[in-house]
Amino acid sequence: MSPTAATVPFDLLPPGERPYFDRFGNGVVVVLPAQRPGPSGWGAGGPPHGGAWIHVGEDGRARAFTGKVEVGQGTRTALSLVVAEELRLPLSAVDLTMGDTDVCPWDMGTFGSRSMPDAAQHLRLTGTATRSVLIGLAARRLGVAPAEVELVGGEAKVRGAARLPVGYGELVKGLRRLEFVPAETRASPPSEWTQAGHPAGDVTARAVVTGSREYTSDLHLPGMLHGKILFPPTYGAKLRSVDLGPAKALTGVVALHEGDLVAVAAPLLPTAIAALRAIRAEWEPTPQPSEREIVDYLRNHPAEGEDFWDVVHHEAGDVEAARAAAAVTLSETYITAYIAHAPLETHAVLASWDGDRLTVRLGTQTPFRARDALSDALEIPPARVHVIVPPTGSGFGGKHASELAVAAARLSKAAGRPVRIAYSREEEFTQAYFRPLAVVDVRSAATSDGTLAAWEFHVLNAGSAAARIPYRVPNQKIDNQPTDSPLAQASYRALAATANNFARESHIDEVAARFGVDPVDFRLRHLADDRLADVLRATASKAGWEARPSSTAGRTDRHGRGIAVGLEKGGRVATFAEVRVDEDRRLEVVRLVTGYECGAIVHPSNLRSQVEGGAVMALGGALFEAIHFDGGRVVNPRFSEYRVPRFRDTPPIEVLLLDRKDLPSQGGGETPLIAVAPAIANAIFDATGRRLRSLPLTPDGTVP
Amino acid sequence: MTSSATNPRSRGTVSLRVNGVDRRIPLDPDRHLLYVLREELGLTGTKYGCGEGECGACKVLVDGVAVRACQTRIGEAVGHSVTTIEGLAHGDELHPVQQAFIDAGAFQCGFCTPGMIVATVALLARTPRPSDEEVRAALDGNLCRCGGYLRILDAVQRASRSVAQEGSSHR
Repeated sequence: MSPTAATVPFDLLPPGERPYFDRFGNGVVVVLPAQRPGPSGWGAGGPPHGGAWIHVGEDGRARAFTGKVEVGQGTRTALSLVVAEELRLPLSAVDLTMGDTDVCPWDMGTFGSRSMPDAAQHLRLTGTATRSVLIGLAARRLGVAPAEVELVGGEAKVRGAARLPVGYGELVKGLRRLEFVPAETRASPPSEWTQAGHPAGDVTARAVVTGSREYTSDLHLPGMLHGKILFPPTYGAKLRSVDLGPAKALTGVVALHEGDLVAVAAPLLPTAIAALRAIRAEWEPTPQPSEREIVDYLRNHPAEGEDFWDVVHHEAGDVEAARAAAAVTLSETYITAYIAHAPLETHAVLASWDGDRLTVRLGTQTPFRARDALSDALEIPPARVHVIVPPTGSGFGGKHASELAVAAARLSKAAGRPVRIAYSREEEFTQAYFRPLAVVDVRSAATSDGTLAAWEFHVLNAGSAAARIPYRVPNQKIDNQPTDSPLAQASYRALAATANNFARESHIDEVAARFGVDPVDFRLRHLADDRLADVLRATASKAGWEARPSSTAGRTDRHGRGIAVGLEKGGRVATFAEVRVDEDRRLEVVRLVTGYECGAIVHPSNLRSQVEGGAVMALGGALFEAIHFDGGRVVNPRFSEYRVPRFRDTPPIEVLLLDRKDLPSQGGGETPLIAVAPAIANAIFDATGRRLRSLPLTPDGTVP
Repeated sequence: MTSSATNPRSRGTVSLRVNGVDRRIPLDPDRHLLYVLREELGLTGTKYGCGEGECGACKVLVDGVAVRACQTRIGEAVGHSVTTIEGLAHGDELHPVQQAFIDAGAFQCGFCTPGMIVATVALLARTPRPSDEEVRAALDGNLCRCGGYLRILDAVQRASRSVAQEGSSHR
């Protein structure tokens, strides 16, 4: 590697000036140019992105680059598949580099289910253009027209002729050819796919099952120290004084206090923990609301919307007039608790310096944002920060923070040695942020024939995702209000959509029950989205839906069934739940059926895993997960106190995937979660006649 | 095997049999097996998930029985045979349970997988043809935050069948 090749990250250089070939060898490189955020937000071409690029080398392999990262959602294989598809290569001949800030396209982060609609689409276009270049090279080499060239399995052949094929490596030998994706490029239609959309193994499988896959917390560098951060004992506590002396007195300990950061590092983890405990610190607590008063507190502490907490204000028709004229009006409030992501691998980072250049290996969903945060905090140019994302033991929206990377970088600089920080489980529970506690006020009105006439939906502290209603209602008023949450809160897998969907789909069921209408029928009568109606019909049919109204009388056999739908991030979901509530009010989820449609399916078995796993994760938030707090302290920061779904909690789950090859591929990591909680709440109502409007529904396992 | 902790010539270190090899480690019987495996022996396939025995990510075999390495003091392991996820395959040939996890697509982020596989190996040694309920009970102490339990259940049953087949073909 030449010295110049390593000095400036590719995304900070113009596409034509990047040292692709110095870095990766001779061959062909095709680049899809970046689309950066404009002054008015996302442009017509969708969200900002850093483009994509693909290198085909003399070894005949393709090396593709994306700014997205793999944290367990299966995109390494899915994205490799679309490259293999367009390049007519076996999956094993594709190397995908993800989220490496030195060589990958800039990316805003892996969240919002954008890997399929954005990264996969960019790689498809780039792959298609790369294929054209290879065809051109082959045509010249074989002395035929491009139309006569066929690419199969990494080789170029003359269609229908018995001539020796030429491998891609041979075609690109000695070349340093850079091309850009032409604007008119169209990727192969999914109906013609032979690899994507078909069964494929996971490219990481062997390393996973042999234990050789190294996650950030497994990494080790010579001379490495273990770091620990001193965290405030309660939320909002201010450091009044600190004495690092007793910590520094321990052998081999480095201790620092820079700005808000107090941290230690030592050659052995137990020494670092001892040093952390030895620090004498005095804290000034600030008053914190109790869990009991949290809903009122949030109502009384509105905040201005930040970028992430996008605000929606939608009005149509005249809600007040419609209410005044309605036969039935309902007004209810729905609440979801703060919950923790609790990724099985806690937050981890390994920082090291080479002169004035910083390398940070970080389990993160936002490597480029981490690079910026490190650059700002350490006051060095972004070009001297290299963020690498090793395999990461899940994220679920919880790994966006950069604080621990900054801490490790500072400690490493002070110690002159690499420093690794991995949170303990308790630190993970107390220092990570949570899914917001959400309060949703719904007011509806319906005419005497059971037709929705007005819909008011006021969201507090969840966000705008899925706040809009997929049903036909002439008069609507929908808004959301961010708050100053006392607990740290941010992104979580399908966070606002889960809260908003729970509120809407519970309330819709309440209206249907009031009119004595079957819940599926009521939804189909009002649904404004044909694709969602298709998913609902298919799911109800698969589940063996028994058409009848639910009522406050409950069912004598204590079995209930419920259904809910959702439309979010381009995906359409319907979830059916069957429950049994025994004489002691103990809840058993007997089975779930989830139908999902997200356009053309890229990696079917992985999508199935996402839908099934998403349903299991959603069960936790629906039934029993809740962060409890008191006096600014999380009181259940352990798996023994914070219950997450286990084997015994997992019912049979049937997954129905609707493959729409005629529609663009959308993500499957989030939307499959959003109908689980309301489907179960609706089933509990059906079984018992009791309507539960607060998540978790059954914290102690029984229906309240 | 006799513990070399009693060998006066090796005072200050002790021998621990891991994956069929005797490894010398510092003598401090109170250290946890998980720490020794990961930080002293570089066997990082065994994971830290909670440190309180709730998640099963740190499961290893001690004399063929699945134990939580975060709850096992090194003093309890010395003199016994420890097998980690790294010790299950024979060269390039995967253990049938490892192969079954691949065939069933039984992982997402993969962080729980070593503990799940180790727990499965112990289960099948004890109960070669478990019912689904027996699998659920045996693996209930292993968390998969990606929610892959049903795929894992499928993997365990596939492994059970292939182990049974292997057994009969060797007869």
